[in-house]
Amino acid sequence: MTATMARSERRTGAGPSAFQTFLSRHGGMMPTFAAVLILLLLFVGAEAFLRGDFISGGNISALLLDNAYLMVLAVGMTFVILTGGIDLSVGSVMAFTGILGAKLLADGLPAAIAVPAMLLGGAAIGLFIGILVQYFGVQPFIASLAGLFLGRGLAFIVSLSSIRVEDTSLLWLQSERIWMGAWYITPTGIIALSTVAIAAFVLHLTRFGRTIYAIGGNEQSARLMGLKVGRAKVLAYVISGSCAGLAGLILTAYSGAGYPRNGIGTELDAIAAVVIGGTLLTGGRGYVVGSMIGVFVYGTIKSVINFMGAEQSWMQIIVGALLLLFIVVQRAIVARSEGRR
Amino acid sequence: MNALYKHRLFWPIASLLALIAINAIARPQFIKVTVRDGELYGALVTILKDSAPLMLVALGMTIVIATRGIDLSVGAIMAVSGAVALTIIDGSGSPDNLATVLIAVVVALLVALILGAWNGLLVTVLGIQPIVATLVLMLAGRGAALLITGGEITTVNSAPFKWMSGGYLVALPVAFLIGLLAITIMGLIERRTALGVLTEAVGINPEASRLAGVRARGIIWGAYMVSGILAGVAGLIYASRISAADANAAGVFIELYAILAVVLGGTSLNGGKFSIAGTVVGVFIIQTLDSTILFLGIPSAQSPVFFGFVVAIVVVVQSPRVRTALGSLGGRRRSRGTSGPSTDTVEVAR
Repeated sequence: MTATMARSERRTGAGPSAFQTFLSRHGGMMPTFAAVLILLLLFVGAEAFLRGDFISGGNISALLLDNAYLMVLAVGMTFVILTGGIDLSVGSVMAFTGILGAKLLADGLPAAIAVPAMLLGGAAIGLFIGILVQYFGVQPFIASLAGLFLGRGLAFIVSLSSIRVEDTSLLWLQSERIWMGAWYITPTGIIALSTVAIAAFVLHLTRFGRTIYAIGGNEQSARLMGLKVGRAKVLAYVISGSCAGLAGLILTAYSGAGYPRNGIGTELDAIAAVVIGGTLLTGGRGYVVGSMIGVFVYGTIKSVINFMGAEQSWMQIIVGALLLLFIVVQRAIVARSEGRR
Repeated sequence: MNALYKHRLFWPIASLLALIAINAIARPQFIKVTVRDGELYGALVTILKDSAPLMLVALGMTIVIATRGIDLSVGAIMAVSGAVALTIIDGSGSPDNLATVLIAVVVALLVALILGAWNGLLVTVLGIQPIVATLVLMLAGRGAALLITGGEITTVNSAPFKWMSGGYLVALPVAFLIGLLAITIMGLIERRTALGVLTEAVGINPEASRLAGVRARGIIWGAYMVSGILAGVAGLIYASRISAADANAAGVFIELYAILAVVLGGTSLNGGKFSIAGTVVGVFIIQTLDSTILFLGIPSAQSPVFFGFVVAIVVVVQSPRVRTALGSLGGRRRSRGTSGPSTDTVEVAR
């Protein structure tokens, strides 16, 4: 991304219209650039007005640590939104897999069984939603709503109260810190970043990934082109479900316990992060790296609010306002590109 | 008999009656209604009373869905309206004064109306997808409600305000009567004037209805305002029931239950044809199911599993694939109108 930005600057020097050419060619990237810009502004603003050590290794590392689960959720959500769908179930699936893992570990099962069970649990609910969407023509909103209810109820069936995790290998994911100067990263952070990397690879360099974009662009055309639309669409929901399972693992390691009330409303945070990161909710346009930036924007606002000691209610208002801003920007971009066509 | 079977409300009403029958067999006192001091009591009356907030929200949601929209912000609007009303009553110093309560109610409803108008503005003027447009308020609204109450749960002891949820009028709970009033008004406006037909026209094909001279913008905008104000009333009833403005708990998940009620009542989420009677039945199904789950001794926290399965079964039964399969099984049953290629084209047009 930085490479493309640098290239754009060089071209601007070459000719007066180069910048416009770049804009028209990469109009879809503009919202993501805007997200990067907002992130930088937030960083600089917080550094200048709030405290001197905001842009520091420790702080940025903590940002990744605190938001690792949301990043994994946002990656899964990006797949679904790119197909033009939506997945409301991720928050409760995360709670379900988290409490499921904690319960299995508390029953004395090793992590080698509990962790795959968590991922499979998430994938199963994703598969359920995907089948409803693809084979029964149910709208993604309603199908994933069923998944939301299912996940939340299952979480409470596993346990009505929180379960502490004593398993050392799971807690290690959170406690282990790999230091690089002032920076550190935990295994959960590595999981989150590699999820982003793998997703970016899959979306941009594999046939499946291009199919996802094609479905979001125009499902009918994708089908007529002979792409395996049905399989890809179901897979997108399975991926989102598995990501929710993984997020459950990360959150359980992070909080040291499984709790059936975790993640109420987290699906909205994930959707907001994806939209702020520049992915269009109509599908077909967007970048998984953008979703990562969106999560960082979200996390930074949260830590700024924490630092200012303001009420958490501001968080919801600011995220809502940012969401509105980005939607209007996206709307303008879509209207422009449609007008050109 | 065949005509009865084909009626669009056949399945919703049949499921509601089945639910009530199961309950009545499992516990005979379920259908018993007693009169005490000229007021009705009993499990069924409780269901009528408790269903009021969901009923109001679902009615508004029906109209919004008919225009091909969706309103996710109703829960947040409930929270805001409750917060506004209770903050005014709390701040007035005379919570039992009828005038104070009336002012609080009017102001809260005005705020709800403005919030609904804001949703309508985003959807009609800016052309933002309804899911996203109302998501903004869904996120920000609850935060605003928390700010209004100062981050606390404002509690109030006001007899006139409490009357909204706990009072009785001509032997019936006031909350139910408010719901009934809303049903009647909506039914009259939508079905005794052309507005209902115009709303369906907008939902079925916005472009065609615009060419036919229907002012789609005003109709859609109005739908969101109606949804907003009804959610505002629902928020007041909720706040009155618990005598407090709890911005975090008011109307949580109600948008989902309201959408479920609308779908259960046979209104398609693709917009167009809607049924107010269907929504009313859908609300009662949900409320009865809720009461059943409670009766079975299942912790209410676990009840979402049941709703998850109910949603899944209902949508699968309604899906084109299953309808076609059922249609071919039953010979010459209608399958044209509901299935067919229409769903695909709708997606593209959106």
